[in-house]
Amino acid sequence: MTHASETGGATTRRGQTHFVAPVDETPLQAVDALNTDVKPRSLWSQAWRDLRRNPMFIISAVLIAVVVAVAALPQLFSDLDPYAPGACQLSNSYGDPSPGHPFGFDQQGCDVYSRVIYGARPSVIVGVVTTLGVFLLGGLIGALAGWFGGWIDAILSRVTDVFFAIPLILAAIVVGQLFALNALTLAMILVLFGWTAIARIARGSVMSVMNSEFITASKALGASSSQNLFRHVVPNAVAPVIVTAMVNLGMYIVLEATLSFLGVGLPESTISWGADISNAQTGLYTRPELLFYPSGALAITILSFIMLGDAVRDALDPKTKKR
Amino acid sequence: MSYDPNFPHASSEYAEEPTTEPTDPRDEDSAEEAQERLSQVHATAGGTSGAVHGWDPDRPLLEVTDLDITFTTSGGEVPAVRGANLTVYPGQTVAIVGESGSGKTTTAMSVAGLLASNGRVSGGSIVFQDEDVSKASGKRIRQLRGDEIGMVPQDPMSNLNPLWKIGFQIKESLTANKVAKGKAADKRVVELLEEAGLPDAARRAKQYPHEFSGGMRQRALIAMGLAARPSLLIADEPTSALDVTVQRQILDHLDVLTGQLGIAVLLITHDLGLAAERAQHLVVMYRGQVVESGPALEILQNPQHPYTQRLIAAAPSLSSQRMVSSLHNRDEEPAGGRQPARAGRTDDVIVAENLTRVFDIRGGAPWVKAAPFTAVDDVSFTLKRGTTLGIVGESGSGKSTVAQMVLGLLPPTSGRVLFEGQDIGEKSKQELFALRRLMQPVFQNPYGSIDPTYSIFRTIEEPLRLHGTRSRSEREIRVRELLDQVALPAATMQRYPNELSGGQRQRIAVARALALRPEVLVLDEAVSALDVLVQDQVLALLNDLQAELDLSYVFITHDLAVVRQIADRTMVMETGRVVEHGATEEVFRSPQQEYTRRLLDAIPGGSIPLAGSGR
Repeated sequence: MTHASETGGATTRRGQTHFVAPVDETPLQAVDALNTDVKPRSLWSQAWRDLRRNPMFIISAVLIAVVVAVAALPQLFSDLDPYAPGACQLSNSYGDPSPGHPFGFDQQGCDVYSRVIYGARPSVIVGVVTTLGVFLLGGLIGALAGWFGGWIDAILSRVTDVFFAIPLILAAIVVGQLFALNALTLAMILVLFGWTAIARIARGSVMSVMNSEFITASKALGASSSQNLFRHVVPNAVAPVIVTAMVNLGMYIVLEATLSFLGVGLPESTISWGADISNAQTGLYTRPELLFYPSGALAITILSFIMLGDAVRDALDPKTKKR
Repeated sequence: MSYDPNFPHASSEYAEEPTTEPTDPRDEDSAEEAQERLSQVHATAGGTSGAVHGWDPDRPLLEVTDLDITFTTSGGEVPAVRGANLTVYPGQTVAIVGESGSGKTTTAMSVAGLLASNGRVSGGSIVFQDEDVSKASGKRIRQLRGDEIGMVPQDPMSNLNPLWKIGFQIKESLTANKVAKGKAADKRVVELLEEAGLPDAARRAKQYPHEFSGGMRQRALIAMGLAARPSLLIADEPTSALDVTVQRQILDHLDVLTGQLGIAVLLITHDLGLAAERAQHLVVMYRGQVVESGPALEILQNPQHPYTQRLIAAAPSLSSQRMVSSLHNRDEEPAGGRQPARAGRTDDVIVAENLTRVFDIRGGAPWVKAAPFTAVDDVSFTLKRGTTLGIVGESGSGKSTVAQMVLGLLPPTSGRVLFEGQDIGEKSKQELFALRRLMQPVFQNPYGSIDPTYSIFRTIEEPLRLHGTRSRSEREIRVRELLDQVALPAATMQRYPNELSGGQRQRIAVARALALRPEVLVLDEAVSALDVLVQDQVLALLNDLQAELDLSYVFITHDLAVVRQIADRTMVMETGRVVEHGATEEVFRSPQQEYTRRLLDAIPGGSIPLAGSGR
C-alpha cells in the first residue's frame, strides 16, 4: 500500500513523489530502549563463553589436563618407578617392547615408557612456574613504568632494555652453574632473565588504558593514584599480558628441554625429556624410535599450551570480537 | 540495533587537542569565490564542464527498486535493508537520512558494489544507467566504480594512505580509470586539486597527508572522487568529521563543482538540516526501510510519517529555542527532593578569573627549548546557580582545557577558579577531595567514559564508596534511585557497558556524576557522539535534572545548535580566547563578532523555515 501525494507538479518526477510508508509496516520503537530479555554478561564471562565454543580450546584443554595429571601423579600412569634403585638393568639394554614395557628399553636398560611419564613433571613445573613468575615480575615492572611515566619509566625501561639484551639461554647456562639446579631454581633463573618482553607489553597496555576517559572521571571523583591503578587500569590492561604469557609458556618448556639436552640444565639424576632426547642420540642408527617417545611427548605438551594461548587470545582480543 | 562506531568519535580523537596544524587559508573562502576560481580552472583546462554525460536529464540515472540486503552473521541471516526505493536523476542531489544502523550507508554502498563480504543483495534491483549493477560481474562493477560512480568517504583522516603523497594517490585513481597516464596525469592532478579548492596545488600535490588539515584532506578526497568525472558521486557523511565552518565551505564547494559538471550526488547524512539544505530530494530511512521520501522542503515542512516527525522535532539545527523542562509546568515539589542548603552557598557557583594555560610543546631532544603554546588565553566567566553556561568553539579552541582547569584536574598557568567564592587552587588535598563531590564531569566518548570491566552497579556505586557510604544496601538504594533519575530500569545494574548503546552509556555516566549530589556538572561534548534522537533524549533528561536538582552546568560543545537548546548564557571561543559572551538568545539574535556570525551561518539547515513555503 502506497499513498503518494502529488505536490509541486514541475519538481516531482517519476519515482520522486512524496512517499510515506504505512506506519504499521515499521512500527516506531521507544528511543534507545534497553533490551532486558538477554542475560547480563561481563567481558570475562563473554570471553569464557567464546572459549568454550572454540574447538581448539577444548582439544588443548583436554591435552593439558592429561599432561598436568601425569606430571602431578606419575605413579598412576606407570607401575614402574624409574627413580627406584635398580630400575635400570644393563642386561635389558636396548631391549624390545614386552608386556609391561610398551616402549622397550634404552641403552642403560631403563624402561622408556616410565621415563617418558616421569619426565613430564620438570617440564610442566618449569613451564608453569616460569610463566607465573614472568607474568608477575614483568607485569609489575611494566605497569609501574607505564603508570608513573617520567623518570621512573625512563629508569625501568632502560633496565628492561639491559635485560633484554642478555640472551636468555646464555644467561641460564652461566647463572645455572652457580646453583644446584632443580626444576624450581631453573624456573627462577628463567624468570630473572625472561620478564622483559612481558614488561614491555604491560607498559604499553597500561599506557593506552591510562588515557581513557574513565580514568579521568575516576580522578575527578577523588580516587587516589593507587586506587585507580589497581581498580581500573590493571583489570583493563591485563588481557594482552595474559595472552603473551600463555603463548610463551611453551617456549619455556622448550628452553628447559634445550638446557637439559645440552647437559647444562637439570642434573642427570632428574628424569627430563630433554636429557632423554640427548641420550637417545647415541642409538640413533640402531634404535631411532627411542628418540621419538620423549620428543613426541615434548611436542604434544608444547603444542597444547600454544594452542591454549591462541584460543585465549581469540577470546580476549576485542578486535576479533564481533558484536 | 548496532551502533556505528566510526561515526562521530572518529573526529573526537583529535578534536580537543591544541592543534598546531597549518590552517588552510582557502578554508576561509566563500562559495562565490570558489565558483569564480572554478570557472577559471575550466577555462584554462580546456573545459570538461556541463553535460559531459549524454544522459537524458528526464530519465533516472539511478533507480533502486524494492531493494533487500541481507547480512549473514553467526546469529543467522539479518535483513539490513528491506524494500528500499530510491531514484536519482542526472545532476540532482538526493540525500538519504537516518540514524546509525538505519541502513543508509548499506544502501549506498550496494550501489557501488561495496557491500561487506557477508552482505548480499537478496531482492530487488539497482538499475544504474539501464544496467542492473546488483547482478553485474565484479569486473563490470570495478569498471563502473570511479569511472561512472565516484565516492567521497566519511573520515578524511583514515581514508588517505599516510605513506604516499597526495598527488600520487590522485594519480592512482586517474590511471586506474584510464583517464590519463604519465605526464598528462601529473598535470591533471594539479588541475583537480585546484578545482577542489586547494591553493598552490602543484606544491600541495607533492605533500603527504599528515601535512594537510582535515578540511584539506577532504578536498583531496573530493578531487579523487571526481577524478574520472563520474556521473554519480556517493558522498557518505563527507563532512561529519570536520568543524562546522569547514564543513560549510566544503559542502558549498561540492555543490558548485557537481552543479557545474552536471554530476548527481547521493548524499548520506544523519543531519536532517544539512540534508534539507543540500538536497532536492530526501529519503528517510528507519530500521532498514524507507519510511518517507519526497521533495526536501516538503518533507521538512509537512512530514507525514511519525518517525520523520520525531526526527524533525529532535533535530537541534532546526530548533530555535531553549528546551523547557517538563518540571517547570508542575507546581509540585520534585520527587528527588531538593538538597538541604549548605553553609557557604553562593549564587555565583563558579567564577573563573583570567584563566590562562600555556603548554610547552616539546621538540625532540631535551636540550631543545620547548616552544610555549597558549591553549587558553585570559578566559573569565561566571556560572550562576541553576543555569547553564555553554562554551562553544571549534577543535583547538581550548574549550576542553578550560573544563579541565575548572574541574581542578589541570592547574592554570595564571588566573584562578573560584568555587563558591573559594579558590580551588589553594585548597589542600583533603579540601579538594571534599570539593570533588560538588563538581563532576561527563565526557564525550560513550565508549571510553565508563570502565568496561565494571558492572553498571559498580560503576555508579564507585563514587559512593570513595566518599564513604559504608553499607552496601544503602549504596544499592542510591544506585536504584540514580538509574531511575536517568530513566533506565533498575535491572540495568547487573549489566556491563558492552551490552549498552552509546546513549545508555552516556546516561550511566550522568548517573555516576550525580551519585554524590553535585552542584555543578561539567559536560564536555557529552552528547556529541550520539544520534539525533538519542541526543535529544539525553538533552531533555539533563534539562529535567537541572530543574529537579537545581544543578548548574558548564556545557562544552562544538555544536551551536545544541547550545541554543540547553544554555542560558553562551561563550564563544576561538584559538584560546573568548570572542563573544552573552545571553544565549542575544548571541544568536544579534551576534557581535564576525566569527560568531560565521559559526551561526554554518549551522546546516538553520535558515530553512519550518512553516510557510519557499526559501
